[in-house]
Amino acid sequence: MTKDIVIIGGGPAGLAAAVAARDAGAKEILVIERDEILGGILNQCIHNGFGLHTFKEELTGPEYASRFIKQVEERRDGIDTLLKTIVIDVRAEGDTKTVTCMSKEQGIFTVDCKSVILAMGCRERPRGALNIPGLRPAGVYSAGTAQRIVNIEGRLPGKNVVILGSGDIGLIMARRMTLEGAKVHAVLELMPYSGGLKRNIVQCLNDFDIPLRLSTTVIDIGGRERLEYVVTAEVDKNLKPIPGTEEKIECDTLLLSCGLLPENELTEAMGVKINPKTGGAEVDESFETSISGVFSCGNVLHVHDLVDFVSEEAKEAGKRAAAYVLNTVPARSTNEIRLVPGAGVRYTIPVSIRKERLEDLLTIRFRVTDVYKDPEICVYFDDKCIRRQKKKIVAPGEMEQVILRRQDICAEENIKEIKIQLE
Amino acid sequence: MNYDCVIIGAGVVGSSIARELSRYDLKVLVLEKASDVCEGTSKANSGIVHAGFDAKPGTKKAYFNVLGSKKMEALSQELDFPYKRNGSIVLCFNEEEIPKLEELKARGEKNGVVGITILTKDKLLEKEPNINKDAVAALFAPTGAIVCPFGLTIAMAENAAVNGVEFKFNEAVKEIRPLTSKQSDTGEVRGFEIITDTCTYTAETVVNAAGVYSDTFHNMICEDKIKITARKGEYQLFDKKVGNMVSSTVFRLPGPLGKGVLVTPTVHGNLLMGPTALDTDDKEDVSTTGKGLAEVSDKAAESIISVPGKFVITSFAGLRAHSDADDFLVGKTAEGFYEAAGIESPGLSAAPAIGEYLANMIAYDLHAVKKADFKAKRVGIKSMALSSAEEKAELIKKNPLYGNVICRCELVTEGEIVDAIKRPLGARTVDGIKRRVRAGMGRCQAGFCLPRTIEILARELEVDVNDITKRNPDSKYTYPHKDK
Repeated sequence: MTKDIVIIGGGPAGLAAAVAARDAGAKEILVIERDEILGGILNQCIHNGFGLHTFKEELTGPEYASRFIKQVEERRDGIDTLLKTIVIDVRAEGDTKTVTCMSKEQGIFTVDCKSVILAMGCRERPRGALNIPGLRPAGVYSAGTAQRIVNIEGRLPGKNVVILGSGDIGLIMARRMTLEGAKVHAVLELMPYSGGLKRNIVQCLNDFDIPLRLSTTVIDIGGRERLEYVVTAEVDKNLKPIPGTEEKIECDTLLLSCGLLPENELTEAMGVKINPKTGGAEVDESFETSISGVFSCGNVLHVHDLVDFVSEEAKEAGKRAAAYVLNTVPARSTNEIRLVPGAGVRYTIPVSIRKERLEDLLTIRFRVTDVYKDPEICVYFDDKCIRRQKKKIVAPGEMEQVILRRQDICAEENIKEIKIQLE
Repeated sequence: MNYDCVIIGAGVVGSSIARELSRYDLKVLVLEKASDVCEGTSKANSGIVHAGFDAKPGTKKAYFNVLGSKKMEALSQELDFPYKRNGSIVLCFNEEEIPKLEELKARGEKNGVVGITILTKDKLLEKEPNINKDAVAALFAPTGAIVCPFGLTIAMAENAAVNGVEFKFNEAVKEIRPLTSKQSDTGEVRGFEIITDTCTYTAETVVNAAGVYSDTFHNMICEDKIKITARKGEYQLFDKKVGNMVSSTVFRLPGPLGKGVLVTPTVHGNLLMGPTALDTDDKEDVSTTGKGLAEVSDKAAESIISVPGKFVITSFAGLRAHSDADDFLVGKTAEGFYEAAGIESPGLSAAPAIGEYLANMIAYDLHAVKKADFKAKRVGIKSMALSSAEEKAELIKKNPLYGNVICRCELVTEGEIVDAIKRPLGARTVDGIKRRVRAGMGRCQAGFCLPRTIEILARELEVDVNDITKRNPDSKYTYPHKDK
């Protein structure tokens, strides 16, 4: 099989990228999805709050996905989809990319294409990676796994619940488990601030009187067969448990919402340069990775809080991939401008730009390293501060962005570096 | 008599004895208190086939280790389980301790280990560039190897079952009583009554392969009492991304509590570090501790250039059956009563040899004859992850379920999971699936595949999905929804 663009993943990123690529003129687009239906993780996110930016209304996850699925259906003249198919290898040799797939129906087969858009999403950080000591009973789930069991399969993972980690899925699941009749004792957060959106803390915890205990973690897991209890402890500034603060909570379920990890095994195997800060590919202004013609967007690039921004980013990546296969974009020159995270900024997307490939507006997305009150978000062109923007509060749980104009960037002659930093 | 032989314990030793006894025309039963084979000491250890240089010459440990190590490769081919001869290294950090390496080499040679050499620092670093640069020399034993402890145990047990051995799970032996002359028609005192929590069996012979509980059964029958202490060892397992940190199994010079914390690749390509050594009174205490895990990291950090902390995927603890006598107890300890007690390290390595030794002894005593139709060869579950593209295509063509990936981290398909359930002594639990085909053993630790594995188990076993367990019957995962 030969295609212009192969998109790996049929979740929100893959779907938006496909639609945008088609609209930008690409004709042979293939979306490969491992699940039985399109939509990715949105299918198990039955709560509302999706689409406020994109559609100016509040949708559930499946509704949000269905809007994009409909757009794909309307573009069947250029977009093919393969379901229940997993990509096991991607190889880039010269201009041709070879995608090796596997499915029940077709066995092992390859698709050759000019461009690949990586949109595989992310996975949850498991208990093992958190080094929580104790026994290993049934009843310890990552929050997303529990969400699937409840929302897709209609069963309960447990009745007495403690949640470790205040990431958005953890907060959403605190509310969901409560609505399903379980008792949620507390949401614990290792850091002194929540990793989730403010609105989720209000709507999922405060509205249900579920306590959020900051600077608290689980230091022991008890129960030989099924979980019987967890021991919690407060932590000090170095995140070490403080002796004497231990508390035993009897529970049959521990949900973990302790971070999401972009799922980049295919990306790494094909030799794309990875940004250790995000766990995703290093991309330029076009969402193009270190391998020409390979693009990355959505949660496989960096973990987002809002699906709306996933769609927005993927749309851009789809458009750029179309330009790549249609040959309407200048090749990458060596005159790149590096984007550098300064004080208080953990990473930026993109990591580099080239003037000749910029569109009118450049959106730079970034996350901060800590909670800061009344900071100024500053943009430097080399040593020159060109913008200061006051904010009331910034937090690692909420992605930030600055938008720069091409004309401002191009007005500077020999600019080498753009730095974003908090002051 | 119900049985010619009842074996207590379906760990690696019990399974090995069962497999070797299944060569003979005997009625054999294995009783296991857990829900599957390989649930005790056998499931949580280093997975090392020790070369045999460490055990004191003349001990049973030394004898069975070297013998088992020599048998392991051929056995891995016959029974189709993962095994790799990667060589073992013992590091020395101090010029003054080099004589200890020489001592160890001499000891190994006395035990019959071949090919041991002493590596200079240069040779060592050439072989293992990620070793701590402070190492001054090392012993290298090329016959050291790694094995999948689940693969080994399951393969032997499965082959025993194919050859007629019965296994009963979730059945704990409470008591063994020698039959008195009153109970025996001929007036001869022979055989035993074995009482479990649900049944009573009689058997001419009993084998005690009960791991950390082997003292309990020994002391029921024998006058000389023994004490087995559970010695806990904690481990950390790392992502395959750092699996090539070392190629050999890297030890430190041994101390009084064992061989110390080792760093090794696993046969599946992960990196493994551990174990600690701490005696515990609770023979079920397989909990990890903050202190223990920190010790693993700290000690491992002395052997290699750096511990790749952010690549940890899981931690676990196992219990070694440490005997006060500090050696294996292997043999006949009373009429009709055979034992493999105190089987701590190098027990995994020794198991094939212990099995053969005890089975031969029992068969001789029972005047058993060999079966003509013994099936020595086992073909394991085909692994998609380890197959070439052509083999993969062929597997899917034969069975389309091999095209449906369930565990994406380890590339385990529905076909493999169904095979694991359907084959003799098949998986009944999620852990059983995990140990047979590695679903859930990867970097996401079953976050993605757990609900799917549960679903397939329920479908194939024709039970309610809420009744699927992690391991023993009390370890259910889910409840029906309140409205149903």
